Amino acid sequence: MTTQTMKQQLVVVGNGMAGVACVEQILKQPHNFEITIFGDETHANYNRILLSLVLAGEKSPEEIVINDIEWYQTHDIRARLGVKIVGIDRERRVVIDEDGGETEYDKLILATGSSAFIPPIPGVDKKNVHVFRTLDDTRALLEQARPGLKTAVIGGGLLGLEAARGLQVRGCDVTVVHLMDTLMERQLDSTGGEYLKRKIESLGIRVMLPQQTAALFGNGRVDGLRFASGEEMEAELVVIAAGIRPNAELARRAGLEVRRGIVVDDYMATSDPHIFAVGECTEHRGQTFGLVAPLFDQGRVLASAITGNTGQAFTGASPAAKLKIMGVDIFSAGSIDESEPGVEAVTYEDPALGTYKKLLLKDNRLHGMILVGDIEDEHLYMEWMRSGTDLTPHRRQILFPPRDADPGREVADMPDSETICGCNGVRKGDIIQAIHARGITTLAGLKESTRASTSCGSCTGLCEKLLRAVTPDFQEETRTTLCACVPFSYEQLRDIIRGQKLKSVEEVLNVYGNRKGCEVCKPALSYMLDMVWCGEHEEDRSARFINDRVHANIQKDGTFSVVPRMRGGVTTPDELRRIADVADKYKVPMVKVTGSQRIDLLGIKKADLPKVWAELGMPSGQAYTKGVRMVKTCVGTEFCRFGVQDSTRAGIELERRLENLFTPHKFKMGVVGCPRNCAEATVKDLGMVGQEGSWQVVVGGAAGKSVRKADLLITVETTDQAMETCDLFFQYYRENANYLERSYDFVERLGIEKIRKETVYATDADKKKLLDRLARSKALAKDAWLERETPVHATQFVQIQPMEVQRT
Amino acid sequence: MNAVRGWTPITKADNIPLREGRAVLVGDAEIAIFHLEGRYLTIENKCPHKGGPLCDGIVSGTKVVCPLHGQRFDLETGMPVLASQPGCVAIFPTRVDDGVVFVDLGGACKAGEEAAA
Ligand SMILES: Cc1cc2nc3c(=O)[nH]c(=O)nc-3n(C[C@H](O)[C@H](O)[C@H](O)COP(=O)(O)OP(=O)(O)OC[C@H]3O[C@@H](n4cnc5c(N)ncnc54)[C@H](O)[C@@H]3O)c2cc1C
Ligand code: HEM
Ligand code: SF4
Ligand code: SF4
Ligand code: FES
Repeated sequence: MTTQTMKQQLVVVGNGMAGVACVEQILKQPHNFEITIFGDETHANYNRILLSLVLAGEKSPEEIVINDIEWYQTHDIRARLGVKIVGIDRERRVVIDEDGGETEYDKLILATGSSAFIPPIPGVDKKNVHVFRTLDDTRALLEQARPGLKTAVIGGGLLGLEAARGLQVRGCDVTVVHLMDTLMERQLDSTGGEYLKRKIESLGIRVMLPQQTAALFGNGRVDGLRFASGEEMEAELVVIAAGIRPNAELARRAGLEVRRGIVVDDYMATSDPHIFAVGECTEHRGQTFGLVAPLFDQGRVLASAITGNTGQAFTGASPAAKLKIMGVDIFSAGSIDESEPGVEAVTYEDPALGTYKKLLLKDNRLHGMILVGDIEDEHLYMEWMRSGTDLTPHRRQILFPPRDADPGREVADMPDSETICGCNGVRKGDIIQAIHARGITTLAGLKESTRASTSCGSCTGLCEKLLRAVTPDFQEETRTTLCACVPFSYEQLRDIIRGQKLKSVEEVLNVYGNRKGCEVCKPALSYMLDMVWCGEHEEDRSARFINDRVHANIQKDGTFSVVPRMRGGVTTPDELRRIADVADKYKVPMVKVTGSQRIDLLGIKKADLPKVWAELGMPSGQAYTKGVRMVKTCVGTEFCRFGVQDSTRAGIELERRLENLFTPHKFKMGVVGCPRNCAEATVKDLGMVGQEGSWQVVVGGAAGKSVRKADLLITVETTDQAMETCDLFFQYYRENANYLERSYDFVERLGIEKIRKETVYATDADKKKLLDRLARSKALAKDAWLERETPVHATQFVQIQPMEVQRT
Repeated sequence: MNAVRGWTPITKADNIPLREGRAVLVGDAEIAIFHLEGRYLTIENKCPHKGGPLCDGIVSGTKVVCPLHGQRFDLETGMPVLASQPGCVAIFPTRVDDGVVFVDLGGACKAGEEAAA
């Protein structure tokens, strides 16, 4: 029983994006509710939109949580997760859960969302046929996804394409089967659809349309699709993304007015005055929903109404949609129906660039748009559409509105009323106010306080620009993407290279990048290809820095330095004599003992390099590259009176095992015969420290710009065990560090515990895999200086002489 | 061979690998010839910053990145990519005839200057 003074019971059914967003709005108002939220998913409220990015590996499930469990506790909200409501007794005002439990309500909000629509095709109940709606669905897909898996996605809308790309990035061999003859036909016209199709195909996804699936066949497990045309196609995994249906059954059974969705008025009230509805389960003035932006508006309207502040009404939504596939820029908004009376279309297309723009105007005002390939003007157009700007003065440049040379101007010129985050309805003014009022300096801070840029992510760039413009202390978030040419994280790129079997830098750039590449990504991709394919990639010297084209270190005057390998820092009189002879003969301006116990010949001309190497008769010391540099050793038991291990011999052996291999950044090692550490093994990327009867293997040390004492990885008894441990860590670092990440940053980023678990304490099978891959790489690794005999190109080292001017 | 005014045969086109550059000393001018997907472009081989050998740079589209400190120049115009960088490099008209790269050494042109006749 409720009295005036007692709290009112507010029950929300559905712990999804719209329901919880509405509750967040209610909490901002003075209210007298005790809130209970039921959700049949077992997770706290997460961002469903970003499931596409979880599938594609761009985000982890933890990263897409919007409200964590603490949030519910802080706000005294009872969260009943994993509990499904199966009935509503409107007489007694209770909801009934699966176990028969009853919960009383004074006010009830239905926010049950929608479910994937499963077309009535025979065979959809077979194993390995999935939908893509929830985190659990996503996890199930991820469990199945593997390189080469034949995958069919039924449905070529936003969701289907995002699912297709996510699975393809995981290596699956994906075909999109679409019923209509245009992809994303709700957002695009046939020309736009054609451009999109070409782009999707260029990513390596097959597209079949129009193609009606008649049945899924297979014995228990799906084996393939049969089409209405009679053709068949093999498929081991099927994802159905053929649309959504509002979850209105609960309301229908309770006798509420339901058509396609739960019918609500402009204040989100259903036909029962105690019951409201928000989200995809609703139908408003004949319209149902499939994108979140209008649902958040609904939530705001309902929050006001339910707390007794009825004000603004919900007036429906103008659709705006963007495809969340990196490198495929598609934006569509407003009405795209050209046949509407009074509507005129202005279009532009450039097939070579893959750009297509179509603006629909009505009474000289922007009424709708389709942007493919170039969506930079999306915000300006949206503002024009929102404000109903008379475009007469802009008509001549409407397809290419002038862009300011100074990118900061774009945000500076926006009116405060302009929406920055369409999903969460955050305007420029709100953001600026939040930045000032709370001293926000990071994107994360801005997200937390305004919710801008927390849904689909398309406004991140703008938010950052605003932060940069408004706050002098703006701190950029560290980017995990490699570079603008190939906007993927290192992990994704490794998966892509592996999954798509890409063997050359050109291939990666052509399919996943801007076809050009630059001095940042080309060397990084070269490294990754070499590492992933254990040396069986297609080496492209044009993608390498000059040092790796000629295997020497370029100096400030364009000459090169030559550092031969001197394993363990041990040399012979013979070697020293040859070095001296070379230095004399080539008039080497400086001969220097390096900090790595070897000798550097500086100031050698490119054309002389092959001769110098031949005359030295020593292998490359890799002093010019991101690779294995050296093992520094002390004299150990052989001569030192304190020595307890033969550090010199162990060091030479270690150098032999790993030399000529490439690493994410330079890799220096050290081996010492006792803890006195004369060769500084504890400040090396990898070190062995001799103990009485054992070796300590230490990793992640540094004595460069930063100084860091290495972490102890493990202590082992024999030299052989120590070597194997070194191999394990070395290969693990090669496979998991980002390019240009030194071992000391790598060890700090991952934590020594995780590294131990995945190297020395890994299962024997996993260890063997690491060691096998290292062995494969090592088998193909060569002394680079042998290219003096077999150059990769006739003019690799040769100074080209101009031809004699020929006379006829 | 029809050696046109100023056009000088330099080297076999094969001598310049795809997406790389090679330096050639012709008289007292050092030029860098680049090979981009069927096209050959020539610039002076001296970075206006501190004289870096541009022939050794990584090519990014039609730009080359100096190997010493990373300044970028457009091979088509000789212009620096960032307007804030000082100086540009001379460009030379280049064509390939019968598998041989010809460079018009008299046709050097720096942005803003007229081509010498
Ligand atoms: C992969 C993917 C990508 C998307 N991308 C975009 C995008 O880029 N842009 C965009 O605007 N939209 C996108 N959407 C759509 C967007 O996610 C939805 O519009 C939004 O989640 C709808 O919110 P909702 O709260 O109405 O429903 P939901 O978020 O589905 O929440 C409803 C919740 O209620 C629960 N529930 C249902 N019935 C009961 C019951 N009887 N008892 C208890 N709990 C129940 C459900 O399990 C669910 O957790 C995407 C959707 C998916 C699946
Ligand atoms: C379909 C509608 C939209 C949805 C579902 C949506 C959702 C989101 C989400 C989830 C984020 C946060 C990304 C993150 O966690 O990093 C976000 C960010 C952003 N959105 Fe929206 N948005 C939508 C439409 C729009 C529109 C129409 C605009 C602009 C008019 C916009 C502008 C932005 C901006 C600027 C960001 C910051 C981007 C970022 O963090 O990368 N959004 N949006
Ligand atoms: S580290 Fe120990 S064994 Fe090696 S030289 Fe120094 S004191 Fe001797
Ligand atoms: S310490 Fe600095 S100046 Fe000396 S060699 Fe290293 S980078 Fe060059
Ligand atoms: S010499 Fe070219 S960038 Fe410094």
